[in-house]
Amino acid sequence: MSIQDLIGKEIPPFDIPIGRGKIREFARAIGDENPIYHDAACARKSPFGATLAPPTFTTTKLFWQTGGTTADIPDLDYRFVLHGEEEYEYFKPVVAGDVLTGTGKIAESYEKAGKRGGKMIFVVFEFTFHNQKGEKVLLSRSTMIQTGGVVKN
Amino acid sequence: MEKKVLYFEDVREGDEAPPVVMANITRTQIVKYAGASGDFNPIHHDELYAIRAGNDRVFAMGMMTAGFLSHMVTDWVGDGNLRKYRIRFATRVWPGDTITCKGKITRKYTRDGKSYIEADVFAENQNSEKAIIGTTVAELPSRTAP
Repeated sequence: MSIQDLIGKEIPPFDIPIGRGKIREFARAIGDENPIYHDAACARKSPFGATLAPPTFTTTKLFWQTGGTTADIPDLDYRFVLHGEEEYEYFKPVVAGDVLTGTGKIAESYEKAGKRGGKMIFVVFEFTFHNQKGEKVLLSRSTMIQTGGVVKN
Repeated sequence: MEKKVLYFEDVREGDEAPPVVMANITRTQIVKYAGASGDFNPIHHDELYAIRAGNDRVFAMGMMTAGFLSHMVTDWVGDGNLRKYRIRFATRVWPGDTITCKGKITRKYTRDGKSYIEADVFAENQNSEKAIIGTTVAELPSRTAP
Protein backbone atom coordinates (compact mmCIF):
# COMPACT_ATOMS: atom_id res chain seq x y z
CA MET A 1 0.00 0.00 0.00
CA SER A 2 1.45 3.37 -0.92
CA ILE A 3 1.25 6.26 1.48
CA GLN A 4 -0.98 8.22 -0.90
CA ASP A 5 -3.64 5.51 -0.58
CA LEU A 6 -4.29 6.76 2.95
CA ILE A 7 -5.86 10.00 1.69
CA GLY A 8 -9.56 10.12 2.49
CA LYS A 9 -9.37 7.25 4.96
CA GLU A 10 -12.06 7.91 7.53
CA ILE A 11 -11.57 7.60 11.24
CA PRO A 12 -14.61 6.08 12.96
CA PRO A 13 -16.57 8.59 15.12
CA PHE A 14 -15.50 8.67 18.76
CA ASP A 15 -16.76 10.40 21.90
CA ILE A 16 -14.81 12.64 24.25
CA PRO A 17 -16.63 13.30 27.54
CA ILE A 18 -15.38 16.59 28.98
CA GLY A 19 -14.84 16.23 32.74
CA ARG A 20 -14.10 18.95 35.26
CA GLY A 21 -11.47 16.87 37.09
CA LYS A 22 -9.64 16.15 33.86
CA ILE A 23 -9.71 19.83 32.87
CA ARG A 24 -8.20 20.75 36.24
CA GLU A 25 -5.48 18.12 35.89
CA PHE A 26 -4.71 19.27 32.35
CA ALA A 27 -4.59 22.96 33.30
CA ARG A 28 -2.21 22.14 36.15
CA ALA A 29 0.02 20.15 33.76
CA ILE A 30 0.41 23.21 31.51
CA GLY A 31 1.06 25.47 34.51
CA ASP A 32 -2.21 27.38 34.18
CA GLU A 33 -3.92 28.35 37.46
CA ASN A 34 -6.72 30.35 35.80
CA PRO A 35 -9.82 29.97 38.05
CA ILE A 36 -12.01 29.29 35.00
CA TYR A 37 -10.35 25.82 34.98
CA HIS A 38 -10.05 25.29 38.74
CA ASP A 39 -12.83 27.05 40.61
CA ALA A 40 -16.25 25.60 39.81
CA ALA A 41 -18.17 28.45 41.49
CA CYS A 42 -16.24 31.07 39.53
CA ALA A 43 -16.79 29.10 36.31
CA ARG A 44 -20.54 28.83 36.96
CA LYS A 45 -20.79 32.62 37.29
CA SER A 46 -18.78 33.13 34.07
CA PRO A 47 -20.41 33.62 30.64
CA PHE A 48 -19.64 29.94 29.94
CA GLY A 49 -21.71 28.69 32.87
CA ALA A 50 -19.30 25.84 33.64
CA THR A 51 -15.60 24.93 33.80
CA LEU A 52 -14.05 25.86 30.47
CA ALA A 53 -11.79 23.45 28.56
CA PRO A 54 -8.35 24.89 27.69
CA PRO A 55 -7.66 25.40 23.96
CA THR A 56 -5.55 22.28 23.42
CA PHE A 57 -7.48 20.01 25.81
CA THR A 58 -8.98 17.75 23.14
CA THR A 59 -5.82 16.84 21.28
CA THR A 60 -3.52 14.05 22.31
CA LYS A 61 -6.31 11.75 23.38
CA LEU A 62 -6.97 11.32 19.70
CA PHE A 63 -3.66 9.67 19.13
CA TRP A 64 -3.19 7.43 22.11
CA GLN A 65 -6.50 6.63 23.75
CA THR A 66 -9.22 6.08 21.23
CA GLY A 67 -7.38 3.38 19.30
CA GLY A 68 -8.14 3.02 15.66
CA THR A 69 -6.65 6.36 14.73
CA THR A 70 -2.97 6.57 13.99
CA ALA A 71 -2.48 3.17 15.57
CA ASP A 72 -3.74 1.29 12.55
CA ILE A 73 -1.56 2.89 9.92
CA PRO A 74 0.95 0.12 9.33
CA ASP A 75 3.53 2.24 7.53
CA LEU A 76 4.29 4.42 10.52
CA ASP A 77 7.05 3.50 12.96
CA TYR A 78 6.18 5.29 16.18
CA ARG A 79 9.74 5.50 17.40
CA PHE A 80 10.33 8.00 14.65
CA VAL A 81 7.05 9.89 14.40
CA LEU A 82 7.12 13.57 15.28
CA HIS A 83 4.27 15.98 15.65
CA GLY A 84 4.89 18.54 12.92
CA GLU A 85 2.00 20.99 13.16
CA GLU A 86 -1.30 21.47 14.94
CA GLU A 87 -4.06 23.81 13.95
CA TYR A 88 -7.37 24.66 15.64
CA GLU A 89 -10.41 26.62 14.70
CA TYR A 90 -12.82 27.39 17.56
CA PHE A 91 -16.55 27.97 17.03
CA LYS A 92 -18.15 27.50 20.46
CA PRO A 93 -16.77 27.12 23.98
CA VAL A 94 -16.23 23.55 25.22
CA VAL A 95 -17.17 23.13 28.89
CA ALA A 96 -17.28 20.43 31.57
CA GLY A 97 -20.33 18.25 31.10
CA ASP A 98 -20.17 18.38 27.31
CA VAL A 99 -19.78 15.20 25.33
CA LEU A 100 -18.01 15.84 22.07
CA THR A 101 -18.27 13.57 19.08
CA GLY A 102 -15.28 13.64 16.80
CA THR A 103 -15.18 12.57 13.21
CA GLY A 104 -11.96 12.53 11.29
CA LYS A 105 -10.19 11.63 8.15
CA ILE A 106 -6.75 11.66 6.65
CA ALA A 107 -6.75 14.84 4.63
CA GLU A 108 -3.29 14.55 3.13
CA SER A 109 -0.39 12.13 3.04
CA TYR A 110 2.79 12.45 1.07
CA GLU A 111 6.50 11.73 1.08
CA LYS A 112 9.39 14.14 0.93
CA ALA A 113 13.16 13.81 0.95
CA GLY A 114 14.39 14.84 4.41
CA LYS A 115 16.89 17.68 4.78
CA ARG A 116 19.02 15.51 7.01
CA GLY A 117 18.76 12.53 4.69
CA GLY A 118 16.22 9.74 4.45
CA LYS A 119 12.58 9.76 3.47
CA MET A 120 9.96 11.66 5.44
CA ILE A 121 6.31 10.67 5.46
CA PHE A 122 3.71 13.35 6.22
CA VAL A 123 0.19 12.45 7.34
CA VAL A 124 -2.40 15.17 8.00
CA PHE A 125 -5.41 14.27 10.14
CA GLU A 126 -8.46 16.49 10.14
CA PHE A 127 -11.05 16.29 12.92
CA THR A 128 -14.42 17.98 13.40
CA PHE A 129 -16.05 18.02 16.83
CA HIS A 130 -19.73 18.52 17.64
CA ASN A 131 -21.18 18.81 21.13
CA GLN A 132 -24.23 16.97 22.48
CA LYS A 133 -26.50 19.76 21.14
CA GLY A 134 -25.21 19.10 17.64
CA GLU A 135 -23.27 22.37 17.51
CA LYS A 136 -19.95 22.39 15.71
CA VAL A 137 -17.45 23.49 18.35
CA LEU A 138 -14.00 22.79 16.97
CA LEU A 139 -11.96 21.83 13.94
CA SER A 140 -8.43 20.52 14.27
CA ARG A 141 -5.71 19.48 11.86
CA SER A 142 -2.68 17.52 12.99
CA THR A 143 0.39 16.92 10.88
CA MET A 144 2.45 13.90 11.89
CA ILE A 145 5.86 13.34 10.34
CA GLN A 146 7.74 10.09 10.23
CA THR A 147 11.43 10.75 9.84
CA GLY A 148 13.92 8.33 8.30
CA GLY A 149 15.45 7.79 11.72
CA VAL A 150 16.07 9.62 14.94
CA VAL A 151 16.20 13.41 14.61
CA LYS A 152 19.34 15.11 15.86
CA ASN A 153 18.89 18.70 16.86
CA MET B 1 -8.28 39.08 41.74
CA GLU B 2 -9.94 41.19 39.05
CA LYS B 3 -8.72 40.23 35.60
CA LYS B 4 -7.68 42.90 33.16
CA VAL B 5 -9.83 42.81 30.02
CA LEU B 6 -8.05 43.39 26.72
CA TYR B 7 -10.31 45.67 24.65
CA PHE B 8 -10.01 45.99 20.90
CA GLU B 9 -9.73 49.79 21.10
CA ASP B 10 -6.78 49.59 23.47
CA VAL B 11 -4.48 47.40 21.37
CA ARG B 12 -2.16 48.37 18.53
CA GLU B 13 -0.30 46.38 15.94
CA GLY B 14 3.14 45.63 17.39
CA ASP B 15 1.87 45.33 20.98
CA GLU B 16 3.47 42.48 22.86
CA ALA B 17 1.88 39.96 25.22
CA PRO B 18 2.99 39.58 28.83
CA PRO B 19 5.36 36.58 28.59
CA VAL B 20 4.81 33.31 30.44
CA VAL B 21 7.92 31.46 31.68
CA MET B 22 8.08 27.77 32.56
CA ALA B 23 11.39 27.33 34.32
CA ASN B 24 13.48 24.16 34.47
CA ILE B 25 11.17 21.55 32.92
CA THR B 26 11.38 18.28 34.86
CA ARG B 27 10.69 14.68 33.93
CA THR B 28 7.96 14.77 36.57
CA GLN B 29 6.28 17.61 34.72
CA ILE B 30 6.43 15.61 31.47
CA VAL B 31 4.85 12.62 33.25
CA LYS B 32 2.16 14.90 34.67
CA TYR B 33 1.31 16.06 31.17
CA ALA B 34 1.30 12.43 29.95
CA GLY B 35 -1.32 11.58 32.56
CA ALA B 36 -3.37 14.69 31.94
CA SER B 37 -3.39 14.38 28.17
CA GLY B 38 -3.32 10.64 27.66
CA ASP B 39 -0.16 10.80 25.58
CA PHE B 40 1.62 7.66 26.76
CA ASN B 41 4.12 7.39 23.93
CA PRO B 42 7.05 5.88 25.91
CA ILE B 43 9.53 8.13 24.09
CA HIS B 44 8.41 10.88 26.52
CA HIS B 45 8.61 9.00 29.85
CA ASP B 46 10.68 5.82 29.45
CA GLU B 47 14.34 6.88 29.38
CA LEU B 48 15.61 3.46 28.30
CA TYR B 49 13.14 3.31 25.41
CA ALA B 50 14.06 6.86 24.37
CA ILE B 51 17.77 6.05 24.42
CA ARG B 52 17.29 2.80 22.49
CA ALA B 53 15.40 4.79 19.85
CA GLY B 54 18.54 6.93 19.47
CA ASN B 55 17.79 9.91 21.71
CA ASP B 56 20.02 11.19 24.52
CA ARG B 57 17.13 11.08 26.96
CA VAL B 58 13.35 11.56 27.13
CA PHE B 59 11.93 14.77 25.69
CA ALA B 60 8.67 16.64 26.18
CA MET B 61 5.59 16.23 24.03
CA GLY B 62 5.20 19.08 21.56
CA MET B 63 1.66 19.48 22.84
CA MET B 64 2.90 20.18 26.36
CA THR B 65 4.81 23.21 25.10
CA ALA B 66 1.80 24.08 22.92
CA GLY B 67 -0.19 24.08 26.17
CA PHE B 68 2.29 26.48 27.83
CA LEU B 69 1.99 28.75 24.80
CA SER B 70 -1.82 28.59 24.81
CA HIS B 71 -1.72 29.60 28.50
CA MET B 72 0.17 32.77 27.52
CA VAL B 73 -2.38 33.43 24.75
CA THR B 74 -5.53 32.95 26.85
CA ASP B 75 -4.12 35.04 29.73
CA TRP B 76 -3.54 37.78 27.16
CA VAL B 77 -6.69 37.71 24.95
CA GLY B 78 -9.16 36.46 27.56
CA ASP B 79 -11.07 33.23 28.19
CA GLY B 80 -13.04 31.87 25.27
CA ASN B 81 -11.82 34.54 22.82
CA LEU B 82 -9.46 32.38 20.81
CA ARG B 83 -10.74 31.69 17.28
CA LYS B 84 -7.68 30.15 15.61
CA TYR B 85 -4.47 28.71 16.98
CA ARG B 86 -1.91 27.29 14.58
CA ILE B 87 1.47 25.99 15.67
CA ARG B 88 4.50 24.38 14.11
CA PHE B 89 6.93 22.36 16.21
CA ALA B 90 10.56 23.29 15.59
CA THR B 91 13.10 22.34 18.28
CA ARG B 92 12.36 19.73 20.91
CA VAL B 93 12.10 20.53 24.63
CA TRP B 94 14.30 18.58 27.06
CA PRO B 95 14.31 18.15 30.84
CA GLY B 96 16.19 21.11 32.31
CA ASP B 97 15.03 23.57 29.62
CA THR B 98 13.38 26.86 30.52
CA ILE B 99 10.61 27.85 28.13
CA THR B 100 9.48 31.43 27.56
CA CYS B 101 6.23 32.09 25.66
CA LYS B 102 5.80 35.37 23.82
CA GLY B 103 3.41 37.03 21.39
CA LYS B 104 3.02 40.15 19.28
CA ILE B 105 -0.01 41.61 17.49
CA THR B 106 0.48 41.66 13.72
CA ARG B 107 -2.94 42.91 12.61
CA LYS B 108 -6.23 44.26 14.00
CA TYR B 109 -9.44 44.44 12.02
CA THR B 110 -13.21 44.28 12.20
CA ARG B 111 -15.39 41.95 10.17
CA ASP B 112 -19.18 41.55 10.26
CA GLY B 113 -19.33 43.81 13.32
CA LYS B 114 -16.79 41.75 15.27
CA SER B 115 -13.31 42.82 16.35
CA TYR B 116 -10.27 40.62 15.82
CA ILE B 117 -6.54 40.60 16.35
CA GLU B 118 -3.96 38.38 14.73
CA ALA B 119 -0.74 37.66 16.56
CA ASP B 120 2.53 35.83 16.03
CA VAL B 121 3.36 33.66 19.01
CA PHE B 122 6.29 31.47 19.93
CA ALA B 123 7.87 29.45 22.72
CA GLU B 124 11.66 29.54 23.00
CA ASN B 125 14.23 27.81 25.18
CA GLN B 126 17.04 29.33 27.28
CA ASN B 127 19.26 29.51 24.17
CA SER B 128 16.63 31.52 22.27
CA GLU B 129 15.91 28.53 20.02
CA LYS B 130 12.26 28.40 19.00
CA ALA B 131 10.52 25.26 20.21
CA ILE B 132 7.17 26.31 18.69
CA ILE B 133 6.23 29.00 16.22
CA GLY B 134 2.60 29.88 15.71
CA THR B 135 -0.14 32.31 14.80
CA THR B 136 -3.43 33.06 16.50
CA VAL B 137 -6.64 34.90 15.79
CA ALA B 138 -8.69 36.18 18.73
CA GLU B 139 -11.99 38.01 18.92
CA LEU B 140 -11.71 40.87 21.40
CA PRO B 141 -14.48 42.68 23.22
CA SER B 142 -15.12 46.23 22.04
CA ARG B 143 -15.83 49.21 24.29
CA THR B 144 -18.45 50.39 21.80
CA ALA B 145 -20.20 47.04 21.28
CA PRO B 146 -23.77 46.83 22.57
